[in-house]
Amino acid sequence: MNAAVFAQQVVETLGAPKQPDTVLARQMQAISLAVHIPIVCFGIAFPAMFLFVEGLYLRTRDKTYKALAKRWSKVSLILFAVGVVTGTILSFEFGLLWPNFMATFGQVFGIAFGLEGISFFVEAIFIAIYVYGWDRLSDRAHFLTGVPVVLSGFAGSFNVIAVNGWMNDPTGFNVVGGKVVDPRPWAALVNSNMWHELIHMYLAGYLVAGFIVAGVYAYAWTQGRRDHYHRTGLVVALSFAALAAPVQIIAGDWAGRTVAERQPVKLAAFEGLQQTTKGAPFSVGGLIEVPHMLSILAFHDPNATVQGLEIVPPRDRPPVTVVRVAFQTMIAIGTGLAALGAWFFLIWLRLRRMPRWPWFYRAVMAAGPLAYVALIAGWVTTEVGRQPWIVYKVMRTEQAVTSSSGLAVGYVVLLLVYAGLGAAVYWLLRRLTRRPATADVR
Amino acid sequence: MSLADVCLGFILLGITAYAVLGSADFGAGFWDLTAGGARRGGRIRGMVERSMSPVWEANHVWLIFVLVILWTAFPVAFGSIFSTLSLPLFLAAIGIIFRGTAFALRGQAATIKEARVLGAVFALSSVLVPFFLGATIGGVASGRVPVGNAAGDLVTSWWNPTSVMAGLVAVLTGAFLAAVYMAGDSQRAELPDLVRAFRARALGAGVVTGVAAAVGLIVLRGDARSLYDSLTSGFCLSMVIVSGLGGLGTIALVWSERYGLARVTAAVAVAAIVVGWLVAQKPYILPPHLTIDQAKASHATLAAVVIGVAAGLVILVPSLWFLYRLVLQGRLDHEYEPLDQRFRL
Repeated sequence: MNAAVFAQQVVETLGAPKQPDTVLARQMQAISLAVHIPIVCFGIAFPAMFLFVEGLYLRTRDKTYKALAKRWSKVSLILFAVGVVTGTILSFEFGLLWPNFMATFGQVFGIAFGLEGISFFVEAIFIAIYVYGWDRLSDRAHFLTGVPVVLSGFAGSFNVIAVNGWMNDPTGFNVVGGKVVDPRPWAALVNSNMWHELIHMYLAGYLVAGFIVAGVYAYAWTQGRRDHYHRTGLVVALSFAALAAPVQIIAGDWAGRTVAERQPVKLAAFEGLQQTTKGAPFSVGGLIEVPHMLSILAFHDPNATVQGLEIVPPRDRPPVTVVRVAFQTMIAIGTGLAALGAWFFLIWLRLRRMPRWPWFYRAVMAAGPLAYVALIAGWVTTEVGRQPWIVYKVMRTEQAVTSSSGLAVGYVVLLLVYAGLGAAVYWLLRRLTRRPATADVR
Repeated sequence: MSLADVCLGFILLGITAYAVLGSADFGAGFWDLTAGGARRGGRIRGMVERSMSPVWEANHVWLIFVLVILWTAFPVAFGSIFSTLSLPLFLAAIGIIFRGTAFALRGQAATIKEARVLGAVFALSSVLVPFFLGATIGGVASGRVPVGNAAGDLVTSWWNPTSVMAGLVAVLTGAFLAAVYMAGDSQRAELPDLVRAFRARALGAGVVTGVAAAVGLIVLRGDARSLYDSLTSGFCLSMVIVSGLGGLGTIALVWSERYGLARVTAAVAVAAIVVGWLVAQKPYILPPHLTIDQAKASHATLAAVVIGVAAGLVILVPSLWFLYRLVLQGRLDHEYEPLDQRFRL
């Protein structure tokens, strides 16, 4: 069912909000997500990485692999702890910032979070058993306790993404007289946006975590630490990221075409396309205009008609500049990361050695932070591109917000807290890189 | 029993589990805070770290569990609670960030100075979070959350006699449970001095918590008369009595150094009071403004919650059982080390 079926917007269940600071609420939510999402990336990808290395250990009995897997799993547990608390903030913010959204639609999409809660539980249980179970459980049992961590990480993403997909393409309910009626939670869960968003985010997890971890070992490499341990860390992390990078381009293409079909206004904002155009061009970096490119990207057809922003009144359009810049940023970085991955595989598979050019290692060090920027840019593209709606074409963001006063104070407090959190994580990473990992293995 | 009752049952389960397990982690922070100087408190803090590490994250998820069921099955109640009680809930959220992060990072501290700063943040927020969560429950129970978008008072909805009392009781209960659990952990680790230390703390906290709970009832009588009346009659009264007996039984068991059984009676004491409170509120979810019947989501949603959670519990219960069995058998235990000793080379 298409969102256009809803002939009218909903009426706020808790009454129309009186809130002059909706933009602050949006920013608080955005900042909280920007803090939480990179940690989610580690939750998605890191367990698969350390489990892979533990598998190498079980096959070869080489203690270096064990040391690496152990070190990674310990970092993973700390990041998981940070993810637990930053994720809790998000669930609090749903109510603190968007009570009308929750009161109106909680019964439609809430079940996804119920299932996410269960996945999160399983993840918390098994990551603790895995990390505290090193040298305590049998090798085989220990390896097996890592498997639920990987699976529940995927299940958790699945459910959260389902909700985001639903916000962009709401299904599974009717609107009668401004009221949400007849919720069909399972239909809402499996919406048309979910699959491509899930795959796109899941791969992004591998890109962000893989390149950030690889960057740490690339730095060590440039400092002359090129022993078996550091080399393994670099190759494994880089391989995970480099494998994900080209697939991500395909997933991105899929996402773009779905947006073109389901959310034409958002797609128009990607390019800032005002008029509906046949054979629409795409401008790279706002400088070079590639003819027909937007039509190709959106519909795989150079002469396809791309709808412009003009199809809706100005009050229903997203902030175009933000969306456009974010989209271009994501595309540019994504392409660069795929090229870097290809470079690595070419040398590694053809010459069976690591690249020798120092710029390669500098590029890998830059790739982690850049992958994070691309991740956030991607989420800005889809989330700011959804504006002014919180539930696409059904509920406006300003309808959803709290009437509570004091958002400005909360905003400042939250910024300070996150600044402190950032400083703490930076301190931690410095601390960890200074301690030799072989100290962990008896 | 209707589907809404089953969902309410899940909420009851979640709050009880969080109060029995999660609040003990906050209580551990309380004992960390009050353990004294680095050298004197090093042994207590070492045990806090060792006991909490493998379980606190899983314990914390019960809070998320409660929120999720609440916003799916009773969305209007969720929106009303979070918009009116935005202040204590925001402060609790901030406290949760500080508590979890500082605790996780303290394990990586390299100097006693770093450990002290992180420990202070962890321990202080461990006291604040249960206070604000307790105050939130007090605000709901005493009828200060009307239906609507921030329709209640920003301050008096949680800064009132019932809320303050509930906050204090939440802090004290956590401290009591933590002392009981850690006395048992210390016994398993064969550290008699710590067994004695936590035993004394458990006995002291048990008495103080009991007195506070009794005072709480008197406060309730003045501040939230209808809740008091329901709590002191019929089924709820029996729950209050069970809770009191559970508390007394726990104190007696701690006295006679049977910590394994004391865990069970302490949990019963907490569970009984949670059940008593929720039943005393019936038929309201936001007394006296919104009944459970008015607040419940549609049939399809409630059915989905019941199916989803029931399916989830099939995975969850054996997983939790596995974790706690490993923990209680001591298989995840690591060498005990006083916190300050790590830094004496």
